[in-house]
Order: sequence, then structure tokens, then C-alpha cells
Amino acid sequence: MSAKPESAVARNVAAFFTELRRIYSADQILTNNAQLAPYESDGLTSFRARPCGVVLPETQQEVIDTVKLCHRFEMPFIARGSGTSLSGGSVPIEDGLVIAMNRLNRILRYDAQQRVAVVEPGVINLKVSQHVAADSLYYAPDPSSGPVCTIGGNVAFNSGGAHCLKYGMTSNHVLGIKVVLPDGEIVELGGDSLESVGPDLTGMFIGSEGLFGVALEVTLRLLPKPEKYYTLQAAYDSLEKAGNAVAMVIASRLLPGAMEIMDRLSMDAAEAASAAGYPKDAKAILIVELEGTTDEVEAEKPLLHRVIEESGAYIVEAARDEEHRLKIWKGRKSAFSAVGRLSPDFIVQDGVVPRTKLAEALAEIDRLSEKYKIRVANVFHAGDGNLHPLVMFDGREEGALHKAEELSGEIIRLCIRLGGSITGEHGVGLEKKMYLGEMYGEDDIEFMHQLARSIDPLELSNRGKKLPSAVPPALLTRGAHPLETAGVIFRD
Amino acid sequence: MHKPVSIDELQDIIRSAEKVRACGAGTKPALSRDATLTTTGLTGILEYEPSEYTFTALAGTPLSEIRDALAKNGQLFPFDPPFVEAGATIGGTTASGLSGPGRFRYGGIRDFILGVKMVTGEGRVVFGGGKVVKNAAGFDIPKLVTGSLGRMGVLVELTFKVFPIPETWTTIRADFSDIGQASAAMIRLAMSQQELQCLDLEPPGRVWLRIGGLSGAVAVRTERVRTLLQNGDSSVNVETFSDEDDVKLWSYAREFRWVSDNQSLMKMPISPTQVTLVEKLIGQSDFESTRRYSVGGNVLWLAVPRTVTGEAIDQLCQQLGRPALALTGSWSDPQRGARHGHVFAGRLLSVFDPGSRFLMSPTA
Repeated sequence: MSAKPESAVARNVAAFFTELRRIYSADQILTNNAQLAPYESDGLTSFRARPCGVVLPETQQEVIDTVKLCHRFEMPFIARGSGTSLSGGSVPIEDGLVIAMNRLNRILRYDAQQRVAVVEPGVINLKVSQHVAADSLYYAPDPSSGPVCTIGGNVAFNSGGAHCLKYGMTSNHVLGIKVVLPDGEIVELGGDSLESVGPDLTGMFIGSEGLFGVALEVTLRLLPKPEKYYTLQAAYDSLEKAGNAVAMVIASRLLPGAMEIMDRLSMDAAEAASAAGYPKDAKAILIVELEGTTDEVEAEKPLLHRVIEESGAYIVEAARDEEHRLKIWKGRKSAFSAVGRLSPDFIVQDGVVPRTKLAEALAEIDRLSEKYKIRVANVFHAGDGNLHPLVMFDGREEGALHKAEELSGEIIRLCIRLGGSITGEHGVGLEKKMYLGEMYGEDDIEFMHQLARSIDPLELSNRGKKLPSAVPPALLTRGAHPLETAGVIFRD
Repeated sequence: MHKPVSIDELQDIIRSAEKVRACGAGTKPALSRDATLTTTGLTGILEYEPSEYTFTALAGTPLSEIRDALAKNGQLFPFDPPFVEAGATIGGTTASGLSGPGRFRYGGIRDFILGVKMVTGEGRVVFGGGKVVKNAAGFDIPKLVTGSLGRMGVLVELTFKVFPIPETWTTIRADFSDIGQASAAMIRLAMSQQELQCLDLEPPGRVWLRIGGLSGAVAVRTERVRTLLQNGDSSVNVETFSDEDDVKLWSYAREFRWVSDNQSLMKMPISPTQVTLVEKLIGQSDFESTRRYSVGGNVLWLAVPRTVTGEAIDQLCQQLGRPALALTGSWSDPQRGARHGHVFAGRLLSVFDPGSRFLMSPTA
């Protein structure tokens, strides 16, 4: 090692780590390359950045102390759950700190009579429903990543799932949040009642993608589990007919818990992964799920069957029992990962279009797919117009990623043009921030920047996500890692 | 009082005034008494596509106008807003964050607002949210303005999600001998899988609930609810009401016809498990009151004599650890009790209203 003078940055980083060691025991701080590797990207693997370190807090106080320390040293940070973000939302900030929240996974309070649970942010989404199942209660938001994603991540990105038309997204199921703001100040937003007084600060925090700080405790609203589910799978000889069936169900005044459509390509993928048994010649599958009291669902069944029959379905199959129902859902929920069987890489899009524009959007996506000669599988939450086109490519081919991103961009613009949104439930993250300014005006974007800076003037918390901006400063740093220069970390 | 009819005019008024307090139709006098501007000149449904389950309306549009347009297409406000007959507007209802008894089933006004166009304290037009039922882009400004009482800006245009009207309604009333039994029954029903539309408690012992759905299932569902209510005690009197009677009973509750002219109405968010404690504390207080617990015991509507002071209400808030909002009557500040998250709100306000134009002096 040469005797170069230490740079101010490196000296600063070394001092930062010295302070960090006062908060944590040695095994709670990760700094070597092998340890950092799993934290370099998230569910969207095309973005990657190397943090200067990862801390594994076990208490809220450790998180608070860490945020305060980051503020003192002007060290950018990201709080992260299981890293399942599909928008690059939990990609670390280059040379910033990762606060991995997974060990804060306690259910602090559960009151069945009040139908609320207070949980730490590292609690797994599905664990909440399991914890309260004995009282026939559940936590409604059900992203496909439910068995692994955390409540903290759900809160940051306002995650959705298959039941949003009827039950809304994460923000509709969170009553209160205890937050450490990016400068270490603690605030309690909302409470534990379904009602409140004053501006809905809880709602404002949810979906802020980490820019407003770190959730320490989340108060969840629980619902009684529907007594009865009735799940039906209908096969169509065209995607358009399946889309029209959704409009017909809506017009019938039924309010199903979920309506999902898969096209041929996604069926092929799901079939390869889970042998779901989809009809071989179907061009589209529509899944409709009724849920409610047994008597209500029984009364709704004939109405639903009549509508589906009129819609031109040529095979209609109802779930025989709970096992069969779960099999239908497994096929649907595994579609994303199953596409991996058809293509080495893919981009999942998340745009929303008004439901009446579904057919138009799908036809246009089909046309774009042909134009770009890129296969696009369509799996979507048809009930709320939330599309999930899976754009397939092979990252080993020169320029393939770029072409796939270009096609994705056209799909996003299509959603904006049709009066929808660039994201229904995955969030903006890194991936879609350049499109936010096309959905909102320049003034609105500037206003959002001002809001973010009012909470975090130094832009430390999840810097560079959600809002369109110039390249975040940290990404401009090149050459040796400041920690290497400081002698804190070494390349293996 | 200013009554702008265009967004440009509204911007001009805001930019040229030192203080601005907006109101809608003024149906909640405790919130609108210092108003300098009404949005009732900004009225009309701009977009309504029944098959999308969404509508967009100008802030001054009366709820009744929207309700009628929705009803023609078999749809309703799932959050069941109050003061519809009194003439309340969609903007005023949003700014005061009010929902009615029917919010028990699917959620309150904050759960159904999708988009907002507003003018900030600097006269800037800001758009937040979207016009589709699902959207995770941008900050959730529509939720933030819900309940903000005009402090963040003047609302101009709002987009909401709506739902289909159930084919038929039935109301069930059960009378218990005391608040303990009534409260236990309310909690039992709230935890049940009966999917009730409304669940209210009128002390000392009356529980009101409402079922909505297909007519073919109502009789069986009513019987199941009766069984749950009685819980083995056939001495609990249970009555059912349908058709016009059902409609009238909920209109009476939603429009606060049970509140007399010499009372002030307060909203107090509480927890269902606090109901018996609230009754005990109010029993010990030195004022008479009329009460109705709604949304399965998540909100107390409290009507107190006009002579009751803010301090008396503050004391109750403190004992329960809950805030309160006065809707009628004359108060130095309609918001009573502790406010949560004011540091967070304060920083956001520095952007929405840097000159504190929308901040009225509490003693004004």
C-alpha cells in the first residue's frame, strides 16, 4: 500500500465505521465483498450498486442511532426488507449504508377484538395472516411475494396484490406508523383507530419509497377472513373476449375479490413450472374469485356463471375444494418466476390503464411485441386494470437489455396516454423514475422534490429513487472504494 | 366571501389575500366559521364512467348531485358521507375527512380518494394521485389532504373510487340490558364473518347493524346475525327493518338528525375496546350528552350542550388518549386533544403553505 495521504472522504468513512461499531456488535456489521454481494441488487436484477456496508439492527434503538449517525456524517442510507422490489427500489446507494431490517421481526401487539396488530417492519407479510388465523382474521394485502416480502417494504412501496379492486392496497390497511425521519427525529403518524382527525399523514408516508425515513412500527388493520371462496377459471379463444368478460362482470354489479387474466405465453410459463393444467388451446384464462359469507356467495354463483357463459368462455372450471383453489392461485402467482423458464431474463412492467381501455392496451402491446420482435407475456389484475407485461430478453445478447427497456418504455407511455398510471403496485424505484415526469407535469415533479427535501434536506434516505433527478452524486464516485482506501474493507 | 368560478380566479384570490380559509357549503359550522372563500362556485361532475368505478368532480359539487348520478348507474359512495341532505360538498367532506356508518364494510373517505387537484398557499396548482383505481406513482397527496381542514390548500377537483349498490338492504336492531353486553355483542359481530355494511351502538344498550347483498341470501343472513347477537340469550330483543324503514334509519344516523339544535357535535376516533370506558368517563363528567358509536366502535359521535367548554372536551381527550374534532358549535379551535406527527406535518406544510396563509389564528 502506498503512503498516499488519506482523503477527507475516506477519513470520514473510517470515523463513521468507528462510530457504527459503538452501536453494533461485530457480527451485525457486514463490510467484505462476499457479505455485501447479496445486498447489491433486488428483485429487479438489472440494477446493481455496492454499498459501503450493511448493518443488521435487532432493536428500534439501533435503527434510530444508525439514522442519527448517518445524518451526522451525511452518509446516504437505505432501509431494506427482503429486497423483493421489482422497481429497483431497494438497490443500495453506491457507497451508502444498507440498514437491513429483517431482524426487527416481532409482532408487538395483537388485539383480535380491536382487529389490529402492531408489527415491526421486518415481519414477513404472510406471517401476519398466519399469526391471526386462529381468530379467523387476516391481513388483506397479498402481493405475490407475500411469503418473503416484509411489511416495511410493503409500506414503503404501497404494495398491492390480487385483491385491490375490492380491498385496496397497503395504504388502505395501515392505521399508524412510528417513523424515524432521516435526521433521527421520531414521529408517530396515525393511531390504532379506523378513524382519525387531521391530515392523513399515515397515508402520505406510505408509498414514499424510503424518501421520508424508516418505519419502526406499523399498526395494521385486520379483516375477518371471508367465510367462503368460490374460484372459477374460464378459458377463452381470444384475449379480447377475456377482457370483455371482466367488463361484463363489473356491469353485473358483482364485486369479486379478484379478477385475473393470463395470456397463452404466461400459461405456458406457469405450466412449465407448476403443471397447472391449463387448456392447451386457450388464448386467455380468466380467474374470478367471489368471496364473502357462505349464503351470499351461494346466491352470487349462478349470476357469475350466467355472465361468464354469455362472455363466450368455452371451458369453465370451478375450484372443487380449497386444495384446487390454491392450485389455481399457485399457477397465477408463480407466473412471474415461471417466465424464467421461457427466457433467461425479463422485465416486469406494472402500468395501469382504465379498465375500459384494457383491450386497446393489450392489442397495442401485441403490436409493439411484433415490432420489436420481443416476446411479451401478459399476466394482469384485470379487475383494476393493472397490467404486468413480462418483457423477455437474453441479457447475454449485445443490446438486448437496451431493446427490452425501450419496449418497456413504450408500454409505460401507452399507459400514460390511455389515462392510467406508470405503476400500480411495484412503485417507481429506479426503473420508472424517468417516466414520472410524463405522468405528472414538471411543476408537480418539482413540488414532489420540495416535499422530499422538506423531510430530508440532505437527501440521505434512499437517495436517487422515486423522483427523476440527475445522476445521484454517489454514482459519480469511481476508483477505489473509500473504505478500501481507509483500510476498513478488502477485496477478496 | 369570495366565490371563485375558475381555477385562475381562485389562484388570484389566494395570491392577493393575507389569510385564506376555504369552505364548501358550510354544513360543519365549527370548521367553516372564519371562511373567506367558498368553493361552491366550482361545481359539477367532470368525468363519470360507471364501468371504471370512478368519477371526477369539482370540489364544490354537492354530494347529493353525485349520489344521484351514481345511483342512476347502480353505484354509491362506499364511504357513506354524512350531511348529504344538508348540502355538503365533496370538497368540504374531503377536507374534513368525514365518512358515515357505511364505511364499516369497505373503508372511509381516505380509502376511496384517488386523485386531487388543488391550489397551494403560494397559488400553485398541484396535482396528486391519479384517475385510475390503482396507482403507486408519486406521493399520496390525495390522502394527505383528506382531513387536512384546508391547511394544505384549497381543493379544486377530486377523483374517487365507487362501488355497486347492493341489491337489497336490511337493518337489524338488538336491545341489550347494559353497555357491557351491547359492546361485547358489537365486538362479536365486528369479528364475525358476516360482512356487515354498518355496525353502530346507541348507548346504553342498542346495537344497530345493516346487511347488504343479493335478496336471495338476506333472510338466511339475517337469521345468522340474530343468532350471533343473541348468543344463546333469547331474551335479547331483535327486530328487523327493510325497504323505506331501513333507508330512513340510516339517513337519521348519517344526517345527525339525533343531534338537537342546542348541542355541538364532535367526532372522536376511538378503539372498539374503549366503548365501556368512554361510557364510564362520560357518566362521571358534569355535562349531559347524546352519543352514537359507529364503525364497529371505531368512532364516537358525541353531542354535548353548547355550553360545554373546550377544556372539558380536552380533558376527555386526555383521559382516552384520543383527539376530537368539533363539527358544529363555536370553538376557539375545532381540533381538540393531542395531535400526532406534527413535526412531519409541519415540514410538509412548509411546502404546501410556506407563508401560513391558510393558518387562521385559533382565537380569531
